[in-house]
Amino acid sequence: MSPFTKLMAVATIEFRVALRNRWLILATGVMTLFSLALTFSGAGGLELKAGILTLAAASLATLSVYLIPLIALLISYDSIAGEVERGTMALVLATPISRGVLLAGKALGLIAVLAIAIAASLTISSGAAIFAYGMDMSGLAAIVRLGLTGLLLGAVFVAIGMMISVASPRAGQAAAVAIGVWLVATVLYDLALLAGILADKDGVFTKTLFPYFVVANPGDAFRIFNLAGLENAAPVSGLDGIANTLPFSATYALAGLFAWLVAALAAGYFQIRRLTP
Amino acid sequence: MTAGTPILQIEGVGVTFADLKALQDVSFDVAPGEKLALLGHNGAGKSTLFKCVLGFLKPAAGRITVAGDAPGSDHARRSVSYLPEQVAFPRMLTGIEIITYFAKLKSVDPKEALPLLDLVGLSQAGRRRVGDYSKGMRQRLGLAQALIGKPDLLLLDEPTSGLDPVSRREFYEIIDRVAQEGAAVLLSSHALTEVEGHVDRIAILSKGRLVADGNIKALAEAAQLPITIRIKAREGQADALHDRFGGTRVNGRSVELSCEPGAKIDLVSRLTERREEIDDIDIALPSLDDIYRFYSNRAEKGDAA
Ligand SMILES: Nc1ncnc2c1ncn2[C@@H]1O[C@H](COP(=O)(O)OP(=O)(O)O)[C@@H](O)[C@H]1O
Ligand SMILES: [Mg+2]
Repeated sequence: MSPFTKLMAVATIEFRVALRNRWLILATGVMTLFSLALTFSGAGGLELKAGILTLAAASLATLSVYLIPLIALLISYDSIAGEVERGTMALVLATPISRGVLLAGKALGLIAVLAIAIAASLTISSGAAIFAYGMDMSGLAAIVRLGLTGLLLGAVFVAIGMMISVASPRAGQAAAVAIGVWLVATVLYDLALLAGILADKDGVFTKTLFPYFVVANPGDAFRIFNLAGLENAAPVSGLDGIANTLPFSATYALAGLFAWLVAALAAGYFQIRRLTP
Repeated sequence: MTAGTPILQIEGVGVTFADLKALQDVSFDVAPGEKLALLGHNGAGKSTLFKCVLGFLKPAAGRITVAGDAPGSDHARRSVSYLPEQVAFPRMLTGIEIITYFAKLKSVDPKEALPLLDLVGLSQAGRRRVGDYSKGMRQRLGLAQALIGKPDLLLLDEPTSGLDPVSRREFYEIIDRVAQEGAAVLLSSHALTEVEGHVDRIAILSKGRLVADGNIKALAEAAQLPITIRIKAREGQADALHDRFGGTRVNGRSVELSCEPGAKIDLVSRLTERREEIDDIDIALPSLDDIYRFYSNRAEKGDAA
């Protein structure tokens, strides 16, 4: 059988296990709840110049930065370490499958879980908004862009979660590291950047380095790319102000996300080749 | 590969964890169709040796070839099947899904692999989730998995520990069949009694060293373990027998003698001369556990010296 057949076999099993462990329904449920809440809470001020979906895209971009990485890490941290711990990995690695294919297949299965959760939640919330307030074409484009880049963000954190999982001897340790990574990537990093700006008013950091630091973080890169795409149609605050004053094209933020994905997968591959089950 | 060439060759293998010598200078071969039991107490190094054969661990010393290739190479992995000591499949998947999955990983058409569920007696349970299986059923599923694609070498790590006697017998019936079809079987166990009568050869590991390798009968003879003869004396004759033959008095009326295997006939004929004093005679050959203990302990004493 070709490597592709094996890749799909691994992805299918990984997806099926996530489905039966109720990860899919949980992820979809949580994301649908939040996107419905954010979409309709944005509709409060009636005489807004922007459409409801545009506003929803702006607030969803901010929320997704926390939620998508969290869900991605939760579904991936156990995928290798847990199998090593339970003894399944020894069985799998004894078969003639390449370790790279195994890693990629598992990542693919988990990314499929995220794809369904993101697509379902956005379809439900946007569908409800269109039904209630009418069509908003540019807003719909923003939502589609949000969904696709959100999936890329999720893929980055699935790859990071798997890298953590490969490197951890125990699933419990992988969970702890994953939560730590989430805290640093989504909360502490931004706080550190804000502290840097306060400490270094009008210095080199604030004037030149700051935007690069922002897009170097996958979550921020995702948010900046989406907010820049809204072209001032929605109010922004805090760090996000930079979305409108980027010294480079917002596409570079997207390139940053791809770079993270490739780097995390490469690191995971490097680790899994040395894994002793 | 020509007939008679070993499917597995292990030459002078050594593995060290930090300052623990888990394996030292271990050498043996396994031929196609041969059933070899690797015996050893917990911690003797059995699982470590399996991991070397699978290519998971790289020995610091020595050389292993599987079907003529390096362990872990694509060709070696196509030739070997493995059943780990503690097999745990994803609980949420069914037996059929697991066999289908491993068939694909081994590049075997799942349609050819699924009848293995019938072979191990899981045809009814195939649609049920593995989480609901008993330990014995999981072990059988593990065996079915290991048989996918007719491997040349089966590596079974303590496959029958925790199985009831009936399941164990069924397990060995399947092993016999695949060995007759030409597969080599290397299985580990911590008890000689568990594998007796089921394998062609045993190898004993003790603290990482190979201390015996051969068939059970030859090893028993080579051990020269004393034979125990228990004589039950007639009323009032026990003291007389004890005075004449020595040994130890047990249970009031009995005397226990022990002798070298070579001196057995001589002793028995001397006993029959006094048959009017004797009620009954029992001859106990060394048990399998005695033989096993002999080889394991001999190595440990050697260590201390
Ligand atoms: N990864 C490891 N790191 C350190 N020590 C190990 C490791 N694996 C096994 N050992 C040690 O090596 C010895 C042999 O272990 P093992 O091969 O599992 O024995 P067996 O399978 O015969 O019970 C034991 O003392 C065990 O503690
Ligand atoms: Mg063991």
